[in-house]
Amino acid sequence: MAEHSDPNAPWKTLSGLGTSAVTALLFLFFLQYLPTVAAGSPVRWVIPWIPSLDVNLTFWIDGLSLMFALLITGIGALVMLYAAKYLAGHPQYDRFALYLFSFMLSMLGLVLADNLIALFVFWELTTFTSYLLIGFSHADPKSRRNALQALLLTATGGLALLAGFILIGVSQGTFELSELTASGSLVGQEYYTLILFLVLAGAFTKSAQVPLHFWLPNAMAAPTPVSAYLHSATMVKAGVYLLARTHPALSGSDLWIWILSIFGAVTAVFASFMALRQTDLKQTLAYTTLMALGTLVMFLAGSTGYAITAAMTFLLVHSLYKAGLFLTIGIIDHATGTRDANILGGLKSAMPITAMAAAAAGLAMAGIPPFLGFIAKEVAYAGALEMQLMLFVLPMALIAFALMFAVAGIVAYKPFYGPQGDLPHAPHEGPWPMLLGPVVLGVLGLAFGLMPGIAAYYIIEPAVAAVMGAPDTGGRVKLWAGFNLPLLLSLITFALGFLIYAKHQSLRERLARIEARAPDLDARWDDILDIFVRFAKGQTGLIQTGVLRQYMFATFAVFAVTVLVTLVTRAAGGPSLSFAGLQFMEWGIALLILVGTVLVVLTSSRITALVALGTVGIGVALIFITYSAPDVAITQLLVELLVVVLLALALLKMPHLDPSGVQKHSFPNAILALLVGGLTTWVLLLVVDQPFDRRLTEFFEGASWVEAFGRNIVNVILVDFRTLDTFGEIAVVLIAALGAFVLLKGMRAAKGEEKE
Amino acid sequence: MNSIIFTAGARLLVALVFVFSLFMLLRGHHLPGGGFIGGLLGAVAFIIYSLACGPEETRKALRLSPESIAVIGLGIALLAGLFSFFMGDPFFTGQWYWVGGDSYETSVFSINTVLVFDIGVYLVVLGGILSLTFAFEEEA
Repeated sequence: MAEHSDPNAPWKTLSGLGTSAVTALLFLFFLQYLPTVAAGSPVRWVIPWIPSLDVNLTFWIDGLSLMFALLITGIGALVMLYAAKYLAGHPQYDRFALYLFSFMLSMLGLVLADNLIALFVFWELTTFTSYLLIGFSHADPKSRRNALQALLLTATGGLALLAGFILIGVSQGTFELSELTASGSLVGQEYYTLILFLVLAGAFTKSAQVPLHFWLPNAMAAPTPVSAYLHSATMVKAGVYLLARTHPALSGSDLWIWILSIFGAVTAVFASFMALRQTDLKQTLAYTTLMALGTLVMFLAGSTGYAITAAMTFLLVHSLYKAGLFLTIGIIDHATGTRDANILGGLKSAMPITAMAAAAAGLAMAGIPPFLGFIAKEVAYAGALEMQLMLFVLPMALIAFALMFAVAGIVAYKPFYGPQGDLPHAPHEGPWPMLLGPVVLGVLGLAFGLMPGIAAYYIIEPAVAAVMGAPDTGGRVKLWAGFNLPLLLSLITFALGFLIYAKHQSLRERLARIEARAPDLDARWDDILDIFVRFAKGQTGLIQTGVLRQYMFATFAVFAVTVLVTLVTRAAGGPSLSFAGLQFMEWGIALLILVGTVLVVLTSSRITALVALGTVGIGVALIFITYSAPDVAITQLLVELLVVVLLALALLKMPHLDPSGVQKHSFPNAILALLVGGLTTWVLLLVVDQPFDRRLTEFFEGASWVEAFGRNIVNVILVDFRTLDTFGEIAVVLIAALGAFVLLKGMRAAKGEEKE
Repeated sequence: MNSIIFTAGARLLVALVFVFSLFMLLRGHHLPGGGFIGGLLGAVAFIIYSLACGPEETRKALRLSPESIAVIGLGIALLAGLFSFFMGDPFFTGQWYWVGGDSYETSVFSINTVLVFDIGVYLVVLGGILSLTFAFEEEA
């Protein structure tokens, strides 16, 4: 595989070890907050950002965000170390490290942000960095396509989310999550339903709920460390995080319970079957991640202690074992050159450490005691029994967990202990930077299971308290909860799971046959994109004709219509006209302008038209002089002069006007010209009729000498009172000149090529 | 343009118009003129020269390319703004220093950022228009 490194390439690079070390330091930094947060006092930092819009960079560390922050930095550090070795010698490794580190920071911002707008910004940043990471193998068109698919889907959801956030902020009067969750539920308020749908749209696209799930398995085009980090442990959980975060404000309505239960449960069961159907182990894991996301959404539908504890415990254990398994698959792929479940087997002697790490993760996934996965499953069943839709949720959970058991066997047992197939090359043990991650994560899964009290007190219960918006009573996370219904259900799960594992080969074939008949959402996605592209092409062809005359016509027509509509609806009466007091000179100037205009319209020579137009401009300059505005008059004169010179230079190179061509368009053009000219005159006359407000004039007249030591008010305004405006204008002059210069130069170059 | 009279006259005219443009620039604070008008006049001067002797000669006479002149002008204008910023005033606040006195009335002359800014405007307008003109003229 192209994504693999040369085993002898140097891997101790600054970009690899540096990012990993910084992330590890961040992990330690967040670790110190564990006792404070567990004691029930969240931490809050405020950095004003756009205070006028009530947008602040507020960070809020409570149980939920701390759990996420620890997972992001902890797993992040391990994955970055892993990637340093995994991609060692890759020509674009530095770029990869930058993407991965940027993603880590965005994700951290997402879970720590207290301001909804800040949260949205970080949300979109994770989308972008994820796009870059999925499309890392950018030479591969499939990789690019999948990256774009993930970007478009999750960014669309993100836009819905932004709308939802703004609705929340406007209707509740605050964008701060901490204030929002403290002020109680939004259920029953005016915009509740709309807000709920918008937020769910964001969460469901990000966390890949059926039927918007198809981007996640495709996102596995990314290198394995990315899959381990983004698409199992962190980013896809952003949707779940959002649901948990808004749980105190949005949960409890029938709508919330039904939507989350149904979408979550369907996603979980569908994904478990799909996981069983795959032969590529990475794809299998991708679908089990979907299953986990579905399960989490399903349990967040509930509001009881056990349901939320189930969600949080499962979230923790899933992040640990799933990241571990992804990394393990990466090692196997690295060592053997294949990820095919049908070929892999008998690797335990060649890769003993990998086998042990995989076993720890697999046992946690299967939910075998004393791993934390077992506790998560027990709590989950207890939670399902408390749910409102228990009759629906419980069987779905049972099916999903049983399938998970079987898939755990396929992923973590069979490659190491199963019959050996025909491997592309002989297996060898992975190097230590790659082993460290799976081993640490596996050990943690076991340690938390053996000491559930510590995990519960420091991590799970503070998170549960944050989600429920009330202190957690605790005491639910236990390794041995006695002989009860959940234990019985666990035993049924094991039995069912074992059965499925034993029969998984024939089941897989049957599933493949069903899948072949089912509608392919992924292919429909391409159809939808095609429609968009065709629509864009069609309307561009219609509007962007490339004919300058049509653009001008459209611009002036829009101007005329809008002015006309405004005049008809808003203006009362016409302007008052008075020709009294006009001197001979003023009549003369008016005549000059009129003659110039008529000449412009009637002539068939471009140069004549240009000079006539210059006459009109000079007439206008004369008007300025008669009304004693020398600065404006001088500028007008000089500009007219330069326009004539510049246009003359351009026009000399153009062919003569074609009389027949002019005739063809002259009638509509004349109408439009008369309309625009007439309307402008009408509006100006109306404006002049209004009493003139002299406040600004008086201010500048008074202040120009006293404050700016200048007697020429026009110049003082330009270079002192409104300097920033002038600066903007000269910047525009420069940009326009450079733009025209480049265009003309480009034309020259193109012509030169033609000649050759 | 192959007219001896025009070519000979242009040399004189260019110098006159160019000096006049500087005059307009400098007097602009009290009387009609300023950076915009000065820049336009300066451009007219060099366009006359360019029509008489061709753009290549004019480029040589200018020494710097007109694009560079425009960019330098924008930089000078920005410096005038930055200076007040470093003096602790809001961006682009005019800074005045009196030479030979302590106020406008008593001083002999003043050094101020307002004129610096106007010089920047002058150069941008001059450079911008000339780069356009040359581009048109040289487009074969």
